[in-house]
Amino acid sequence: MSIRVVQRILGLLLMIFSVTMLPALVVSIVFVDGEHGAFASAFLITAVSGLILWFPVRRTKDELRLRDGFLVVAGFWIVLGLFGAAPLLLAEHLDMKPIDAVFESMSGLTTTGATVLTGLDQLPKSILYYRQQLQWLGGMGIIVLAVAVLPMLGVGGMQLYRAETPGPVKDTKLTPRITETAKALWYIYLGITVVCVLAYIAAGMTVFDAIGHGFSTVAIGGFSTHDASIGYFDSELIEMIAVVFMFIAGINFSLHFLGWRTATVANYLRDPEFRAFVTVLGSLTLLVTLYLYFAGYYPTLHEAFTKGIFQAVSIGTTTGFTTANYSAWPGSLPVALILASFIGGCAGSTGGGMKVIRWLLIYKQGVREVRQLVHPSAAIPVKIGSKAVPERVIGAVWGFFAVYIVLFGFMMLLLLGTGLDQVTAFSAVAAALNNLGPGLGEVSSNFASLGVMAKSVSIAAMLLGRLEIFTLFVLFTPTFWQR
Amino acid sequence: MKIIILGAGQVGSTVAYHLAREEANEVTIVDIDAVHLRELQDRLDLRTIQGRASFPGVLKAAGAGDADMIIALTDSDETNMVACQVAYTLFHTPTKIARVRAPEYMEIHEKLFAQEAMPVDFIIAPEKLVTRHIKRLIQYPGALQVLEFADGKVRLVAVRTHKEGLLVGHQLAELKEHIPNVETRVVAIYRGGHSILPDGKTVIQEDDEIFFIAARKDIRVVMSELRKLEHPVRSVVIAGGGNIGLSLARELERTNQVKLIERDRARAREISEQLDRTIVLHGDAADEELLTEENIDICDVFCAVTNADEANILSALLAKRLGARKVMSLINRPSYAALVEAGTIDIAISPQQITLGSLLAHVRRGDVAKVHSLRRGGAEAIEAIAHGKRGSSKVVGRAVEDIELPAGTSISALVRGDEVIIAHHDSVIEEDDHVILFMADRTKIGAVERLFQVDVTFI
Repeated sequence: MSIRVVQRILGLLLMIFSVTMLPALVVSIVFVDGEHGAFASAFLITAVSGLILWFPVRRTKDELRLRDGFLVVAGFWIVLGLFGAAPLLLAEHLDMKPIDAVFESMSGLTTTGATVLTGLDQLPKSILYYRQQLQWLGGMGIIVLAVAVLPMLGVGGMQLYRAETPGPVKDTKLTPRITETAKALWYIYLGITVVCVLAYIAAGMTVFDAIGHGFSTVAIGGFSTHDASIGYFDSELIEMIAVVFMFIAGINFSLHFLGWRTATVANYLRDPEFRAFVTVLGSLTLLVTLYLYFAGYYPTLHEAFTKGIFQAVSIGTTTGFTTANYSAWPGSLPVALILASFIGGCAGSTGGGMKVIRWLLIYKQGVREVRQLVHPSAAIPVKIGSKAVPERVIGAVWGFFAVYIVLFGFMMLLLLGTGLDQVTAFSAVAAALNNLGPGLGEVSSNFASLGVMAKSVSIAAMLLGRLEIFTLFVLFTPTFWQR
Repeated sequence: MKIIILGAGQVGSTVAYHLAREEANEVTIVDIDAVHLRELQDRLDLRTIQGRASFPGVLKAAGAGDADMIIALTDSDETNMVACQVAYTLFHTPTKIARVRAPEYMEIHEKLFAQEAMPVDFIIAPEKLVTRHIKRLIQYPGALQVLEFADGKVRLVAVRTHKEGLLVGHQLAELKEHIPNVETRVVAIYRGGHSILPDGKTVIQEDDEIFFIAARKDIRVVMSELRKLEHPVRSVVIAGGGNIGLSLARELERTNQVKLIERDRARAREISEQLDRTIVLHGDAADEELLTEENIDICDVFCAVTNADEANILSALLAKRLGARKVMSLINRPSYAALVEAGTIDIAISPQQITLGSLLAHVRRGDVAKVHSLRRGGAEAIEAIAHGKRGSSKVVGRAVEDIELPAGTSISALVRGDEVIIAHHDSVIEEDDHVILFMADRTKIGAVERLFQVDVTFI
């Protein structure tokens, strides 16, 4: 392990990140909201810290090894959460405790969308913009961005890319060069965001709101510039636009890449994960709509459908926008929705959760076990599409699943230990670990009422969820540190 | 350049490694072995595709649609040929290179590999290249490497200096006084593993590794300046009767006294039927008694060319201890080659380096006739053809001293028609000259390529 190369890349990444505070500074100056000082100082603090890290080791020529990649990614996300909190702490119109600022920043970067702030509508515009932008940066990943703009990472770029991108299989690149792959992903991400913002503007949002919500929609984040979230706009058109873009952002970006290259939609329809994703969201929408209608919660089928599809897609993709107080919905709906967030988006998307492909593999594995019982001597491979999946991948999915559930239980126990009720503890951990955002019970609209301990656990859960557990987890194993 | 490499074997991996290191290339490699591909992906910045290299779907997934070049290096000649055919028919890939080993195909290659028959643009036969390489080394005892340019008119030779060489301990400038009638040029000196840029005042020391360039007829004279001239090779012992061993024996048996040791009895029998004068011995090349019995102590060259690096190294070490004058060993792994170099084994031959050079000639932009990869890929010698007029070319019509070369690069010689001109600072390059350059640092290749590209806007 080479600490120097890790230090050098961390320094560079911090300097890149510091630049992202400048747009918020501009917003602050344009709206004259008095927060320009906070952003200017935060920018300087971050840039100088990066410089201090980078400068002594700027000439190191060591190569980035596999292990260093984990350290860089995990270390950077932790550092990022702290530095991202700087403007919030320094802001004059906000009175946040450090833990709250870190919570907010981490929730933004991991695209969770859980907040500890209330009275958003009265907050300075620059702070609101900054929160939305954090989500957007975290969605595709700042490290992927760095790989795109720093060609010198070379092969090391692949290690970083793999440690940050979600999904069980990450060996396939879109292009032979990793920097080109990272660039392609960011171009697609940027393109979808621009279209989304334009659609919001066309549907009647102000430009400020449209950009903010475009950021958090395509990042599958869930932050809003209003307390009432998307519900504030009270526009069916806006809700449907949000549904469409949450859905698009929940699809594997390599499908977008291929679709854009070949200018057809055939590759989407052929992709088993995409089909499973559509099936899950479709049946969830159907269930919610029919349940709401027949339970008499909404008088018309139309209203049940619009509320139903929005909430199903928002929670199902782990975005976390709300148009209705779904935690008060009847029967099993609230818990069903929270459970759906465990499925989450597709691999290689900006969505959270455990990813559709993993559930698909687990389901197919289950089917195989049943068939094997009936035909004990049959050779039955697990196939995705027409391709057999290597046993190693299936094993890795099971490992991931088991660790995910164990961690979930463990963190829920921790939250119960802080005195929270079962519903709150369950939904808070689920909302954080799946990068969903809003939960049920006390955390149905925000996390402000939680104690320091509960917030710390949630922060850890968000990070574990975003980095898909193992990237962070390997750092805590003795094997990793043994030479 | 978008390049697809088929087959991630020893040669395929080496080629991928060298090509992916260059900024300008986008490399995709195809192989059946997923585990091996994952290892490559971890080390190199390239894309891997798992599947049968000749299948259209696999080639399509590898990006054959817009690839500039396909290099088929799988184990099977037939797969390589079919892959080129598929690439030509379905994807119109401009450049198709295939490895073809079987001499049966090579005998009629001009007819067979034509565009309308089996569209392979360039054929590489590593065994043939390696055989020729070894043959040249035997021709010039004392040379570490003998590399040909312009159909062999000019040769670049690497030698390790010896204290009995006439020039050792003297300045390079004195070479001219020692041999006034011979045109030569020392292009690089490596001392203790580091490159020294040679000029007239450089003093040659013992154990320097020197690269010099000269016309074919002058090589022996120049070599005598650098080390004691050895008497020509008479007896050769070859260990290993594979493709290389067999073709080497076939090449040498007319002029030398050749013995070939092969471990497998059936194979030994098979080769003995194909060879006329060679004595084929059945046995283990690392068997001390067999070697002694066959007078290893008076043999001039012992050449270990089996498939296994370890066996080659060990049998060569043994032969040296038993008294063989010069031992050579075929070594695939670059790390092994670095280990044994300048040790007991006189010459380590790296098949990948030799193959790589012949491939690089096609990858280089501009009109490049020949590339030799040196010093395990760190340095490179290039034969480029100067095209265009003074206005459109950065080299034509200019004297050597006026051409802006990147650091560590030098123009060593020019070949004009049949005439060999050893480059001086005032030699002027003319159109269609073959220019031979030596680059101590291969990473500067981009700058050299640009030099030899004709600027279309000026035509």
